[in-house]
Amino acid sequence: MTTDRVYEVLQSVCDPEIPTISVVDMGIVTAVEVVHDDHVRVAMTPTFVGCPAIDVMRNDVLNAIQQLGVSTVEVNVNFDVPWSTNRLTEAGRAALLKHGLAPPEHYESLALELEVLNNVACPYCGSRNTALKSPFGPTLCRSLHYCNACLQAFEGFKPI
Amino acid sequence: MNASACRDLIFRLSDDELIIAHRHSEWTGLGPLLEEDIAFSSIAQDKLGHAQALYTILHEHFGEADPDTLAFMRAEPYMKCCHFVELPNGEYDFSLMRHFLFDAAEYVRWTALTQSSFEPLAKLAMKIRGELKYHLYHAQTWVKQLGAQGSEESHARMQTALREAWPYALGMFEASDHDAALVSDGVFIGEEQAHNDWLAFVRNTMDQATLILPEDAEPVYGGRKGYHTDHLQPLLTEMTEVYRIDPSAEW
Repeated sequence: MTTDRVYEVLQSVCDPEIPTISVVDMGIVTAVEVVHDDHVRVAMTPTFVGCPAIDVMRNDVLNAIQQLGVSTVEVNVNFDVPWSTNRLTEAGRAALLKHGLAPPEHYESLALELEVLNNVACPYCGSRNTALKSPFGPTLCRSLHYCNACLQAFEGFKPI
Repeated sequence: MNASACRDLIFRLSDDELIIAHRHSEWTGLGPLLEEDIAFSSIAQDKLGHAQALYTILHEHFGEADPDTLAFMRAEPYMKCCHFVELPNGEYDFSLMRHFLFDAAEYVRWTALTQSSFEPLAKLAMKIRGELKYHLYHAQTWVKQLGAQGSEESHARMQTALREAWPYALGMFEASDHDAALVSDGVFIGEEQAHNDWLAFVRNTMDQATLILPEDAEPVYGGRKGYHTDHLQPLLTEMTEVYRIDPSAEW
C-alpha cells in the first residue's frame, strides 16, 4: 500500500453537497499515513466547524480505503490543519465551476470588509460586473450573487 | 495551566454559542427577507457547530460528559451563558443589534484565542475566526446601513435597540474569579482586556452608523455564575424537548 494509492481512491469520494468535487480536491484530507500494508491513518478537517456533511464524508473515506483491502483504517477529524479555500486544488476549482459555483479567489489575508466578495466572476458568462446579494447561501460554504451582464443570480463558494 | 480556570472559560464560551444559536434559529422561516432568513439560519448553524466543538474539547480534555449531554442535560444553574444571549429576539432591529454587539465580542475573544497557550483552543480559534468574519460583516453592514443610510425611523429604531441592548452587552464581560489565572497562564486575555478591545471596535462602527453609545449604563451580571433571566428556562425546555424523550436514541 502507498499513500499515492490511497489518494487515488480518495479521488472517488465526493462532497455530498457538491458531487462534482472530491474530498482531495476540496483540500479537506490533511494527512495520509500508511502505517503498514494493512493499516492506514487519514486526517480530515471540516470546511466549516459545523459542517453537517463531515460525518458522511468520513464514513465514505473509511469505506473507500477498506475497499482496497486494508483492514485497519483510522479516520481522524481534527483542526490541526485548518481548512481554508486556499487549499482547493486547480481541479477542485474547475469542479466547482462545473457545478455552477463561482470558485473562491486566492487570498493572502481576508479583511473584515470582505471586499473579495464584490465583483466575483460570474460562473455562466465570466463577467466581473456582479454584485454580492448575501454572504450566506443554501449551504454554509456558499454566498449569493447577481450578474449584471447576463442577468442571472448565481452562487459562489466563499473564501474563508 | 490552571485546569479549572480553562474549563470555566470554555463553558462560558460554549454556552453563549449554544444559546445565541438557538435564538438565531428562531428567525428560521420568519426573517423579513429570504436572504435574512437564510443569514440568521446559517449563522445559527455555525454557532451550534462552535458550541459542539467546544463541548468536544471539554469532553476530551477535561473529562466532562459527551457534547450532547453537556448541551441538553444540564440544569439551568449549571449554564454559564450571559444574560444577553438569553433575551428574546424582539423585533428585527434588536436582533440585528445584539447580533452585532455579540459578534464583535466573539471576534475579539477568538482573535485573542488564536494565541492561546492551550493548543486545542488555539487551533479551533484559527478556524472559528474565519467564519466569524462573515457573521460580523453581516451584522456590521446592517447596523451601518440602518443607522446612517436608512430612514429617520430606521435610525431611531437602531438607537433604541442599542440603548436597550447596552447594559446586557456590557454584562458579557462579567469578571471571573479565574481571570487572573487565565491571563498568567496565557490561555486568554481576560474579560477586562476583551471589554476594552470590544469597546474600541464597537465605538468605531457606531460612529460610522451615526449611533450614540449610552453613557451611564449598569452592566447586567449573573449569568457566568449560574443566575439567569426568566427567559432561559423556557428556552432550555423547548430546545431539549425532543432529546429528553429518549437521550439514548441514535440520530
